[in-house]
Amino acid sequence: MNINMTLIGQSITFAIFVWFCMRFVWPPIVAALEARRKEIADGLAAADRGRHELELASKRSVESLHDAKQRASEIIALAEKRAAEVIDQSKQDARVEGERQLALAQAEIQQEVFRAREQLREQVAGLVVAGAEQILRREVDAKAHSALLEEIKNGI
Amino acid sequence: MSSEAHSSAEYIKHHLQNLTYGQHADGSWGLAHSVQEAKEMGFFAINLDTMGFSILLGAAFLFLFHGVARRAKAGIPGGMQNFVEWIVEFIDGAVRGSFTARNNMVAPLALTIFIWIFLMNLMDLLPIDWIPGLATMLGLPYMKVVATTDPNATFGMSLAVFFLVLYYSIKMKGVGGFVGELTLQPFGKWGLPANLLLEGVNLIAKPVSLALRLFGNMYAGEMIFILIALMFSGGAVLALTGGVLQWAWAVFHILIITLQAFIFMTLTIVYMDMAHQEHH
Repeated sequence: MNINMTLIGQSITFAIFVWFCMRFVWPPIVAALEARRKEIADGLAAADRGRHELELASKRSVESLHDAKQRASEIIALAEKRAAEVIDQSKQDARVEGERQLALAQAEIQQEVFRAREQLREQVAGLVVAGAEQILRREVDAKAHSALLEEIKNGI
Repeated sequence: MSSEAHSSAEYIKHHLQNLTYGQHADGSWGLAHSVQEAKEMGFFAINLDTMGFSILLGAAFLFLFHGVARRAKAGIPGGMQNFVEWIVEFIDGAVRGSFTARNNMVAPLALTIFIWIFLMNLMDLLPIDWIPGLATMLGLPYMKVVATTDPNATFGMSLAVFFLVLYYSIKMKGVGGFVGELTLQPFGKWGLPANLLLEGVNLIAKPVSLALRLFGNMYAGEMIFILIALMFSGGAVLALTGGVLQWAWAVFHILIITLQAFIFMTLTIVYMDMAHQEHH
């Protein structure tokens, strides 16, 4: 229990221990703690960022889905419209073609009719003339009445 | 009965004497073999047990912590690293709470004080006759295991802290500022002698109270262990009671040794903080 050199020895020992602790023990441990703290903070920040990006991406995907649906319906509407147009067009074409064919047929028929009538008229005129010749062989001078006959023929 | 009382006194004295190496009265150097001899050696003697145990424990602490510090990594810590980090964070928190200035030395200082004192105090929990008994077998006359029951150890530390306080007081405030702090308050410049007396006592009380608090607590605790140990030689009933008492006191002592280490550390931080304050 005497105060002696131990006092100074303990002070020196203590100083050396504190110096050693300050130099070699404290800084690396605190640095490791700080590094871990930073790592965790970075990780949390990255997770946050990831979550945010996920949110954005899902929003984008919903938007693009919506977009695609809209475009698809537009395309369908357009196609339907186009189809209706095509149908209308072909109906129109068919009608025009039909009318043309009809007109053509009618014109031909008309022509046939004319021709037939002409022929008929020729034949009737011939028959009439022949009949008349038969009947009037003697009394009718063909030459004298040819003008008259012609007139009748045209009149039929 | 008187011989038994005598042997009890011997036993207690034996446990309270350090293993002192110094110059004998006849001029030769060697170990003191009695309390009287140790006293006669005067100041130029050294307590081998105090130095030995404190250096051993301090070295063990630094070796352990340095091993962890060398391999410290930011990834998942192992068990030992976890333990060391827990202590370091605890100390760091205590320093942040009490120390407002910036000084990279205070936290390592606090760590060293806490762990070193704790380990030295911890030796108190060893049954008090184990190591002294071993030392007696080896032919050493005395062996005090708990370095903090030697005032040399506690004053050695508190004086080192005191010099740090003085150093940083002067470094932070300048000689004028420090002297002003000692002389110009609390009563202004006309109360200079009273100020000097008050502040001087205040200043000197810091290292003295630090050292004596730790020493007193540990010395008293050791004394109680010694007294309890005396019961072991007093028959079966007393021995059994002594065993129970020793266990109970040891459990309580776990609190005391931690608390004393913590108080020494906290007060050191506070004193260092006061040394850095410039508001006066």
